Amino acid sequence: MHVFLIIVALVALFGAGGFFAARARALALARQGSTRLNSRPVHHASFVAIVTVVPAALVMAVWMIASPLLIGAEIRKDFPESVRLEPVSQQSLTFNTVTSVAYGLRQLSPEARAQVSADTDQLRQVLARNGIPLAANPPAFVLQSAERMNALSAKSSYAMAAIVLAVSLVSLALAYRAVRPAFKARNSVERVVLATLLIASSIAIITTVGIVLSMLSETLRFFSQVSPIDFFFGTVWDPRFAAAGEAGSAGQFGLIPLLAGTIYISLVAMAVAVPIGLYAAIYMSEYASSRLRAIAKPLLEVLAGIPTIVYGFFALVTVGPLLRDLSAELNNLLTGNYRNFIEAQSVLTAGIVMGIMLIPFVSSLSDDIINAVPDSLRKGSLGLGATQSETIKRVVMPAALPGIVGALLLTASRAIGETMIVVLAAGVAANLQLNPFEPMTTVTVKIVNQLTGDLEFNTPQTLVAFALGLTLFVITLCLNVYALYVVRKYREQYQ
Amino acid sequence: MSLPTGNDAAEVRAKLAERRRSGLKRRHAAERRFRVFGRLAIAIGLFFLVALLYSVAGKGFTAFQQTTITLPITFSADVIDPDNQRRSDQNLLLTANYPLLVQDALAKTLGIDLANKAEMREAMRMISRSSRVELRDVVLKDPGVIGKTQDVRLLAAADIDSANKGQIDLSVPETSRRVSDQQLAWMNELKADGRLKTSFNTGFFTHGASSRPESAGIGVAFVGTLYMMGIVLVLSLPLGVASAIYLEEFAPKNRLTDVIEVNINNLAAVPSIVFGLLGLAVFIGFLGLPRSASLVGGLVLTLMTLPTIIIATRAALKAVPPSIRSAALGVGASKMQAVFHHVLPLAMPGILTGTIIGLARALGETAPLLLIGMVAFVADYPATPLDPATALPVQIYMWAGEAERAFVERTSAAIIVLLVFLILMNLTAVILRRRFERRW
Repeated sequence: MHVFLIIVALVALFGAGGFFAARARALALARQGSTRLNSRPVHHASFVAIVTVVPAALVMAVWMIASPLLIGAEIRKDFPESVRLEPVSQQSLTFNTVTSVAYGLRQLSPEARAQVSADTDQLRQVLARNGIPLAANPPAFVLQSAERMNALSAKSSYAMAAIVLAVSLVSLALAYRAVRPAFKARNSVERVVLATLLIASSIAIITTVGIVLSMLSETLRFFSQVSPIDFFFGTVWDPRFAAAGEAGSAGQFGLIPLLAGTIYISLVAMAVAVPIGLYAAIYMSEYASSRLRAIAKPLLEVLAGIPTIVYGFFALVTVGPLLRDLSAELNNLLTGNYRNFIEAQSVLTAGIVMGIMLIPFVSSLSDDIINAVPDSLRKGSLGLGATQSETIKRVVMPAALPGIVGALLLTASRAIGETMIVVLAAGVAANLQLNPFEPMTTVTVKIVNQLTGDLEFNTPQTLVAFALGLTLFVITLCLNVYALYVVRKYREQYQ
Repeated sequence: MSLPTGNDAAEVRAKLAERRRSGLKRRHAAERRFRVFGRLAIAIGLFFLVALLYSVAGKGFTAFQQTTITLPITFSADVIDPDNQRRSDQNLLLTANYPLLVQDALAKTLGIDLANKAEMREAMRMISRSSRVELRDVVLKDPGVIGKTQDVRLLAAADIDSANKGQIDLSVPETSRRVSDQQLAWMNELKADGRLKTSFNTGFFTHGASSRPESAGIGVAFVGTLYMMGIVLVLSLPLGVASAIYLEEFAPKNRLTDVIEVNINNLAAVPSIVFGLLGLAVFIGFLGLPRSASLVGGLVLTLMTLPTIIIATRAALKAVPPSIRSAALGVGASKMQAVFHHVLPLAMPGILTGTIIGLARALGETAPLLLIGMVAFVADYPATPLDPATALPVQIYMWAGEAERAFVERTSAAIIVLLVFLILMNLTAVILRRRFERRW
């Protein structure tokens, strides 16, 4: 790590030095005044700095990725015959032990290291005292391998230092010599900047590819253990967590109950959010005075800025108990029996609270779309003697309908992907039922459930989360793409 | 159709007028109803906002006060260090039987017989079990205190704290509430002596996670949040602005840039939990970064925030009129110079507003952090972004799952703190927009 920091500092220093030297040289050339500089001094300076730093940084990056792999291969080759005959997972376990012993040895003082090398039995205690627990006292070859690994990585990092610094210095010298009046430094610098901008904007693509690839590979691993038919059409969700290390405990991973819960809760949420949000948007854009709009609109949008964990907590401690107690009172009035028929965690609780969260999405999206309807339509309708509400119902809304449908699809995709409210308010039981007063669970809840905890990604119990995530991703992606398409197409009609 | 004449005509006209009048009445009623629905919708929306804020604030504001009990603790050497070995054995002061000191002090102050085990146990339940740590810290800070008597302010247990704040219903029978009549009597006695006081709860802002509500705080989670926000800001602002500049100013209109554009719009709408899965698979599974680290959290939130910043920056760049670009190009600037020297500075307020809004969203995000293991129980401050850490919203999530009543109060208080930050950020964004808004 030390070497790494020193190299970075030195290369940065070279870059800065190159920058100022080139600037001074360019200024001097300009002052001579015999020929005009093609580029400004700052471009020459930036050119030299870039050429000094970038190739060196690339070499270093490649080296740092490649050398641990090469060293690892070298170390594995030296494992005794008995280890090399073991299965791959066992071998990598041994290799991890070597890595952590090597790390531990580097933390020790030279005397302690010599002492440990002489007496292998002490190794475990000494390392444990330095915060590196080992499961068992490692065999002697592990210590040898670890020492060899340390030696190799030390050699590698010195070699890297020499090569990176050499690359940096050579390119500095070459670039400095290029500082001449005729040199088009600006064009070169701008090409580099443009390349940087392009790389930055491809991060979005890399992220998407990352999402798809990472989830796809884990999902395929899941499907190699559980049949896709059982997953997509199964009606029972019972993952049955295995005890640690115990393999082959098959659970049932039926997607249907989770999907049903997700859709049911989203429907309840939309039933709350759509009328309120839509009426609010209509009133705000067609009737409200500018003063009311200036106050009510930002206040409603505060709802959109509140983190969903807060809504979840609100559902858990306020709305859920309220509904439960209300139902008990109601039951008492009707039958004289204080039994609540609404559970505190239920489809209704989660749906209502999620609906509150979605109100501002519906209202601000539809507000935009209603405002985009041209005024001539309204004027025409009013001129024919229609009242304002008739104009809105018969002219404005039909004209805005496709856009509003798009907005509602976007809102629905949000409802389907929402996590924190349902984690706290919907329950964890994967029921397949129709009663909105009972708890149900959703895809997102199960993703969280399967993955919180310190688990390895090799059992279907954890891998199923990726299959669920991919399903969720695909569903919301389709909704989003379709919604964006509808909204955009509709907008163009009036432009 | 021929028009009727004479009396017939008058009759028909009267009928028509009548129909029109009643029709108009109906239509105006419909109009009024429609308006009422609109107002009702806005009122319901605002009511929900008020109900939410009121419910959180009403439950949470009491957590900013904390009950403490001041006891004259005798740091008797017989208990802490009977054989006078504290110089040779460093662990001695760490492991001494401090609760015994509290017990002695309580017995003396309340006049309880030490032999009365049941009563003693009841009295001990009034003091938080964190008193062991508090006394240990006093002794470790100044070992010279051993052998002396000193007033020490100890945290009251959560139930006593609740009772003192009037949150426990005293009308229910003694057996079904968590504070006994005897404890209440002692409480009042201590209060009369000026030993039991409520004061501002600084511990709430400095402590970390704890299984005891009275000593749990948001300090550690807050540091984790700061690390993450720092990482998000440092990475997402330059990356987002750079990619927006490319797409808006330089990109040719071709397949690739079309794909990038659609992609960014879609990424902005991908459920946040999917980003958590990505972080888990790539940063932790593939790159082997440590679990629960704020570095991973920051990276995941960066990827989430990027689309927001890109979209806001593009809008801000688009709002700068083309005449600025033409003028710069006209005096001989390159395209790059026109953008970086003229367009970008003019778009800066809009970019900053978008960045703040993106950061505010990242600040409240919980779901992806659950997946990368930030739900760990973290009681110590993280020294670097690679140490196990937690974040404010995750701390809220964990406290929300605790059964104890006193945790509801803490959770609400943590939410208040989170909301205060969000409001401050949004206010900054609004002020920035107002201050630098420019009409072309």
